[in-house]
Amino acid sequence: MRCEDFETIRDLYLDCELDHTTVAQIDAHLLLCATCRIAHEQARALQNELRSDARRYRAPPLLHERIRGAIAPRPRAFANLRHLASGWNPIAIAASLMLTITLSSGITADYLAVAKDNRVVDDVIASHIRSLMADHLIDVASSDRHTVKPWFSGKIDMSPPAVDLAASGFALVGGRLDYVDERPCAALVYRHDKHVINVLMWAHDAGNGTTTESYSRQGYNLIHVAADALDYWIVSDLHQGELNEFVSRLLMAARDSDGAG
Amino acid sequence: MTADPRARRFEQLVMPHLDSAYNLARWLTRNDADAQDVVQEACMRAFKYFDGFDGQYATAWLLKIVRNTCYSWLKENRPAEEMLALDDDLNEIDRDQAAMAINASGLGRSPEELVGIRRDTERLNRAIEMLPPPYREILILREMDDLSYREIAEIVGVPIGTVMSRLARARGQLQAALRNSAVGSVAS
Repeated sequence: MRCEDFETIRDLYLDCELDHTTVAQIDAHLLLCATCRIAHEQARALQNELRSDARRYRAPPLLHERIRGAIAPRPRAFANLRHLASGWNPIAIAASLMLTITLSSGITADYLAVAKDNRVVDDVIASHIRSLMADHLIDVASSDRHTVKPWFSGKIDMSPPAVDLAASGFALVGGRLDYVDERPCAALVYRHDKHVINVLMWAHDAGNGTTTESYSRQGYNLIHVAADALDYWIVSDLHQGELNEFVSRLLMAARDSDGAG
Repeated sequence: MTADPRARRFEQLVMPHLDSAYNLARWLTRNDADAQDVVQEACMRAFKYFDGFDGQYATAWLLKIVRNTCYSWLKENRPAEEMLALDDDLNEIDRDQAAMAINASGLGRSPEELVGIRRDTERLNRAIEMLPPPYREILILREMDDLSYREIAEIVGVPIGTVMSRLARARGQLQAALRNSAVGSVAS
């Protein structure tokens, strides 16, 4: 093999695109020709550098969710839920209660409210799913609460406690306006690893004190908290334990930020 | 997760390649938000045409759609960059000169900025970003996705000979750009 011949197939040799016979001929040539050997070694060094050092971007978790939300937009379980509520099937209700009890240890759940709240639960899940579709997630994209909080003023009759919980692993991603239970509401969006958490909230219209309910539907966990004159609905595919942790941190931080003005 | 068998099959066959899809789009658009939009749009297209997909070579199938979506996007949003002249028929090209022309074509970065980048990996990433998109994509498909010339030719929609010549150009320009910027940082 001559140097000119090698030159024309140097990349093919590097990329293992040649047959055994040609490879053997090149191997033999490289043993004898230092010029070609150096050229090949330089090319291989660049290839190694590209493969080991060049940046490889990974799809952000949110992108996975956006695409999943868009290709399977309406989980059929909605229908099942309505059937469950209207049919009063005792076995199904017992099963659902068992599930709720199992999943909600540590949370005071108001089981009797389940049927009554079904419409809200449906709305909240629908809002969450909509938010996972393209461009519905956030109207104001910022991890800075000083940007997110003022954005809502004038748009809705309440000031959502946009607290950043990044230090606890729950990063504020942004906020949007939404419409749930026949009223406009504020939505804050948080992210934890691959999971998106929507916090929907509106002014609380009855009673004082704090109540907490949790629900688990169609693979989503929901927590409803009425506290500090606000109704919060928190929804995510995060498992219940982590969601509980998120909610307690959120409420704690919200109170702190209120106190701080 | 979902009861729709079509969506489930899509999840199994296509979603595992989302990192490759995003990586390609991210390198071509050089921007996270644009890359996400492009990949999402490409996935919607892929899902639409999913029934016509035979289930073989899902990576190449998805990347081809992502690549085409990227080019439509570039054409619309960065026409100057997409049009960066390529002459695949030209056999000999002064690689150093070509690399310098690309440096000077001002794809958003000044030579001063380049000189300031001391870390080798940053320099490498920057040098890849400055390759013309048709060279950049082939380099990424070859070195990051480890695809064969035949697969790359299928994705890009060019003959294998063109893949070979573009790959050689990409590597030559990259070598030259790295050498130039190395000289630049020593000189500063």
